Amino acid sequence: MNKREFLKKGAIAFIPAAAVLQALMRQAEASVAGAAGATGSPTPGYEPRDHWYGMGIEVEKCIGCNRCAEACKAENDVPPEPFFFRTWVERYTVKQSGETEVECISVNPRGERKAQDEREVLRSFFVPKLCNHCAHAPCVQVCPVGATFTTADGVVLVDSTRCIGCRYCIQACPYGARFFNHRTNTADKCTFCYHRVVKGLLPACVEVCPTQARVFGDLRSKASRLVRFQRMNKINVLKPALNTEPKVYYAQLDGEVR
Amino acid sequence: MIAQVPPNLTELLGQVIGYIYPNEIEIHWSILIVVYPYLTGLVAGAFILASLVKVFNVKEVQPTYRLALLTALSFLLVAPFPLLLHLGHMERSFEIFLAPHLSSAMAMFGFVYAWYLMGILLLEIWFEYRRDLVVWGREHKPPLRWVYRALSLFSNDISEQAVAFDRKAVRTITIVGIPSAFLLHGYVGFIFGSIKANPWWSSVLMPIVFLMSAIVSGIALVLFLYMVITSLRNEPLDMKCLDKVASYLFYAVVVDFSLEALDFIHRLYQSEESVKILAQLISVKLFMNLVILQVLLGMLVPLAVLVAARTRRVNPDLRKLLYFTAALLIQLGIFSTRWNVVIGGQLFSKSFRGLMAYKMEMTGLEGLVTALGLLLAPFLILFVLVRLLPAKRAEEAPIHPA
Amino acid sequence: MKLPEQVTRIAVVVALVATLALLVRFVLIPRAYFSTAVHQSATVRREVARPVNFAGASACQDCHAEEWEKKALGYHKGLACETCHGPAAGHAEDPMSVKPFAPRDRKFCPVCHAYDAARPTGFPQINTESHNPLKPCITCHNPHDPVPPETPKECAACHAQIARTVALSAHALLPCATCHTASKEHRIAPRSALPSKPQTREFCGQCHAGGTANPDAPKVELASHGGGYLCWQCHYPHLPEGRP
Repeated sequence: MNKREFLKKGAIAFIPAAAVLQALMRQAEASVAGAAGATGSPTPGYEPRDHWYGMGIEVEKCIGCNRCAEACKAENDVPPEPFFFRTWVERYTVKQSGETEVECISVNPRGERKAQDEREVLRSFFVPKLCNHCAHAPCVQVCPVGATFTTADGVVLVDSTRCIGCRYCIQACPYGARFFNHRTNTADKCTFCYHRVVKGLLPACVEVCPTQARVFGDLRSKASRLVRFQRMNKINVLKPALNTEPKVYYAQLDGEVR
Repeated sequence: MIAQVPPNLTELLGQVIGYIYPNEIEIHWSILIVVYPYLTGLVAGAFILASLVKVFNVKEVQPTYRLALLTALSFLLVAPFPLLLHLGHMERSFEIFLAPHLSSAMAMFGFVYAWYLMGILLLEIWFEYRRDLVVWGREHKPPLRWVYRALSLFSNDISEQAVAFDRKAVRTITIVGIPSAFLLHGYVGFIFGSIKANPWWSSVLMPIVFLMSAIVSGIALVLFLYMVITSLRNEPLDMKCLDKVASYLFYAVVVDFSLEALDFIHRLYQSEESVKILAQLISVKLFMNLVILQVLLGMLVPLAVLVAARTRRVNPDLRKLLYFTAALLIQLGIFSTRWNVVIGGQLFSKSFRGLMAYKMEMTGLEGLVTALGLLLAPFLILFVLVRLLPAKRAEEAPIHPA
Repeated sequence: MKLPEQVTRIAVVVALVATLALLVRFVLIPRAYFSTAVHQSATVRREVARPVNFAGASACQDCHAEEWEKKALGYHKGLACETCHGPAAGHAEDPMSVKPFAPRDRKFCPVCHAYDAARPTGFPQINTESHNPLKPCITCHNPHDPVPPETPKECAACHAQIARTVALSAHALLPCATCHTASKEHRIAPRSALPSKPQTREFCGQCHAGGTANPDAPKVELASHGGGYLCWQCHYPHLPEGRP
């Protein structure tokens, strides 16, 4: 039979084809690697390993003005629809009856909020929410291609050129902090305004907060505002039982907040 | 492809009950992701039924053996498509092979699938059919002859010794295949069961429940196909075989039901933080799908029907009808099971304070039409496969060609 | 035992498939295509390269020193310029052609200052319907130093939450001054000149002790009622009928 011969010929034809293909791929590799550069510092003079970022939120200072959510959308080009948020603000109303009503004021910031009947209100407060940049992030764990990862300075990012759009990470996030960006067809989330932070600026939401309810800082630096915040307050995180080790720390967090 | 924000999201905003995190309005895993575990379930179930013949020597179900194998193959071939179509970037799907992120429960999907397809199913089918392929290759005229010759990889040897080797190979592959089938579908269960953020999914029982319901649906499907195909060919149904398959179906449903009941009772008794919202989920959103379709019509009624078919002295014709009814109801029930897991798990907020709404698309990429197409595609493939590779063994072995 | 010929055939196919897969994965496709490190550092670079829209408070200082200094001494000292003026990185780069937003109408200030029960106590809040209706806020308040031109006479202007609680209580008709004395300084520097608070049981006893004149006030025997506790340890004076 001549199929053995056929196989041999096939193999012979395969080798040059492979060689050409490989040469092409190497070229492409060079361009990718060139764009990426050596691993390490993303900007001159900045060493990611020296930092470990987190955020503090002082619930009692939040006035629910929604400047943070709006600034976030403006800074990060977040889709304008009222159901894609990298950060948002919730209003809790605990009633005399023990029932708790929650409303996301960011969905309709200028519209009428649900009227509260003063006689029924036991206590009421605002809670800003965002990605917790968990040290033990379930979204990072479940990404099948490693497109979402934690940087050396503790920020959870999404590689939008690699994300396959399976949305497993959105399912795995206990905080609803991720959404699907229909422009890129990939998962999207808060980056702690990484592009600002490495340049020494504050995240946009922290920058515009009129009452300093949000504190951004570096947990590796003893002098940072965040470490001071942690020293001065009793701290809680969201859903501690899930062991995600969030790095967004809340002071005066009410037990009703989930 | 320029995807746009689904137009119905604003409309869904008005259908939210209670409070949900704002990003949760979009239901991410649509009907296609319901179809996927349903398809792989059928694969695993059909394969496990087929292996009964080879490993446990259950002679009665022999008539369904090849049909079960081909059913498993045709459903397995379609199984990845709902996943692919649902990806935001289909063209990057190969990344899961190139750079699997090992901590992800989903990363191994490609390998488990490839192993099961190529390492088990194709190999088993090849050894099972090789002798017949050789024979058919000699009997048929080109071009069909060339198809059979190529499929048999141009092998020629149909001596007693070679065929005996095939049989042994099939048996070995089946023995490896059973854990692999368990793996394939238990794994799908694990993808859901390992999401600690979602109390509706997060359960150690999830892989086992998936597996048992897979076995149930696979057996029911083979039973259904066997009855349909045999009747279409005007051949008599092997009642012994039917009774045996039906009894396996009965036991499988009993085990499946017990497991799901256990899961339910466990949740209810533990009564954790999420119990209120899950109760609300069942009573408001899933009552029809879970209580009526899945439990009542998909489990209890078929169980009663199967019992009735066995205990009463019903004549064979009525018994066939009862089996047929049970098989169909079970398919409906298992599809609802998948729906309740996949869609149900996305209908309540992770704040445990509210319920979302899912509005199925009709014609979109992730719509009902696509889903129906994907559910029908395996039957088309099976139609071709059954034509090409008949369940009946080739009659006699012609002498070696000169 | 001699292996049947079909084994060789299937083995060749399996070997071919396996070799091809391994070849593609490990030889043909360069590492950079699936190297996690390369992908991650490319992502970080892409993130870092994104444009900054909010310039940050210190960027405004150089050109707008007057406003800056004024703001630094007033109640709005904690606010970044861009909280009200919006993202201004474009303006900082090209001050002449890009102008930031300057809120002037009455809709803007209530974003923070409209009354909402969820807002923290002490945070200045107004009732938008009754507070100088129809006038833009900037007619009376300079947003860079928003001290009111005239300190509001009614305490409720700042103490809205307490006012609303009292309004529902048996003490609704009592003016604040019945129990608190606020010095004039309190109006200018509220936190450094705090109003007085009752200190003794006898203070409440002026109305609630047995034999006192006020007929509407419930009476108790001051000497024995509640042991040695101070009244407000059991009764919240702004809502005294709340259960102790």
